[in-house]
Amino acid sequence: MLELNNIYKTFNPNTVNEKVALAGLSLTIKDGEFVTVIGGNGAGKSTMLNAVAGVFMVDQGKIMIDGNDVTRLEEHRRAKYIGRVFQDPMMGTAASMGIEENLALAHRRGQFRGLKWGITHKERQHYKELLSTLGLGLENRLTTKVGLLSGGQRQALTLLMASLKKPKLLLLDEHTAALDPKTAAKVLETTEEIVRRDKLTTLMITHNMRDAIAHGDRLVMLYEGKVAVDVDGEEKKKLTVEKLLEMFTTASGAFEADDKLLLA
Amino acid sequence: MSLNPMVLLEQLPGAISQGLIWGIMAIGVYITYKILDLADLTVDGSFCTGAAVCVVLIMKGYNVWIALVGAFCAGVLTGLVTGLLHTFFGISAILAGILTQLGLWSVNLAIMGKPNQSVSVNNYNLLVALRYLDDVKKGVRPFYNSPIFVVGIIVAVIIALLYWFFGTELGSAIRATGANPNMARAQGINTNVNKILGLMLSNGMVAFAGSLMAQYQNFADINMGRGAIVIGLAAVIIGEVLFSKIFRNFALKLLSVVFGSIIYFIVMQTVLWLNIDANYLKLFSAIVVAIALGAPYLRSKYFSSILQRKRGKSNA
Repeated sequence: MLELNNIYKTFNPNTVNEKVALAGLSLTIKDGEFVTVIGGNGAGKSTMLNAVAGVFMVDQGKIMIDGNDVTRLEEHRRAKYIGRVFQDPMMGTAASMGIEENLALAHRRGQFRGLKWGITHKERQHYKELLSTLGLGLENRLTTKVGLLSGGQRQALTLLMASLKKPKLLLLDEHTAALDPKTAAKVLETTEEIVRRDKLTTLMITHNMRDAIAHGDRLVMLYEGKVAVDVDGEEKKKLTVEKLLEMFTTASGAFEADDKLLLA
Repeated sequence: MSLNPMVLLEQLPGAISQGLIWGIMAIGVYITYKILDLADLTVDGSFCTGAAVCVVLIMKGYNVWIALVGAFCAGVLTGLVTGLLHTFFGISAILAGILTQLGLWSVNLAIMGKPNQSVSVNNYNLLVALRYLDDVKKGVRPFYNSPIFVVGIIVAVIIALLYWFFGTELGSAIRATGANPNMARAQGINTNVNKILGLMLSNGMVAFAGSLMAQYQNFADINMGRGAIVIGLAAVIIGEVLFSKIFRNFALKLLSVVFGSIIYFIVMQTVLWLNIDANYLKLFSAIVVAIALGAPYLRSKYFSSILQRKRGKSNA
């Protein structure tokens, strides 16, 4: 489904702030696979997701989604393949627009937008049913401005929007990091439900090792812009934090598996 | 000279007419400033472009409605130029608008052939004119020739059309572009194209208002758009401050902008009535808008400092 082939990306090249974010990253993800991504600060997790989403163009390498070469495709054109949830709850929704309006925008992802009415009566019913599955009472607040919702409610809504029109690829960029632990757990639970229900091919970045181990079919750890650890199947199921740290130390050949990684 | 309230009252219909016409212009400013979250200074030029195109077309013998449509289209083009400067060439929106505005000064002069052109109401069949206001009062013309009535209907039609447009898929995409460009792109919306479309629509409205103004005052003048952005912002802000609590619907929000514009012109008329030197009007407008723009910031700063003090106490 997703194929990253030898991707390079350097920010601020030839300046004092030069930062090699991706250094020959290669990763292939099968259809329907739920992959958790982990790594320390600056390992290239977010850069990888943004490269896939087309926020910037990569310096080198090739990105394929569902057999299509999207390497040079602009962000809004790639959007037809991709559903996204961001770390910042403010980023995934339009605050000054209503809940139903946000959903209607997401419903038309990748489609031509003409002079048809922006939201139909039939859609509204559909949205109501979907919102009720979140269990947040949002189904009765369709016209409420999203800016009035809490961070957790907004992330849950963004998740719904990302999966409303079944994406080829779902990208979750630490989407629970800005939430309090209880809300984060709830959003993560909703994530698991939606991903399994729709069998979505998913890349989920998390800063939490336990979450990365508890969720997904496969775990990828990045280090210095490359894949350092890649575990799936039975091995992934039996994984523990200690085991993961050990694998990481071996793979990176360094003693970087410090508590920063654990605590972060 | 004593102040006669009757004089002020007599001037009221004129202020309302002007307020309605400038209200259309202010709706154009609302589209960029409020919906797209861009400060577009093209309007100072495109207002005059609309006036110039309209006057020249009428002088060439075209129907007044064709002249109005021509003015709208000319305004759309000016918006396209600013939009391309902003998105394709990556120039900041304010600077892109200033560049277009500056260039338009020459263009407007070229369209008119000289710094001002008049279309006398005696020789041409105009849609709105200051003269009609008196004629209706004297009973020479029927009430539906009154500029207040004519422009009032036009405003209603414009608000209805915009209400429809911003409810469509395309209109929603433009709103999303202004509300959160990151989210818009993630939903497959081409934010650059939508910004250009919004700027085109906005300047089309502004030029349309300019063409009505030229007819109303019977002439187009190279300086007639100067400071238009400030008047537009004043209308938007006055409308928001006075009506935001009661007008929540989008159509009503547009209406509140028009009300804001009418109020602005009534205030200006009153200032003139007070025998204040007309040269100070622009300074007065600028100060009013500066206060209105600065007030929310100062208020939040003031209130947040109170909140902090309270929090400090409860922690102690």
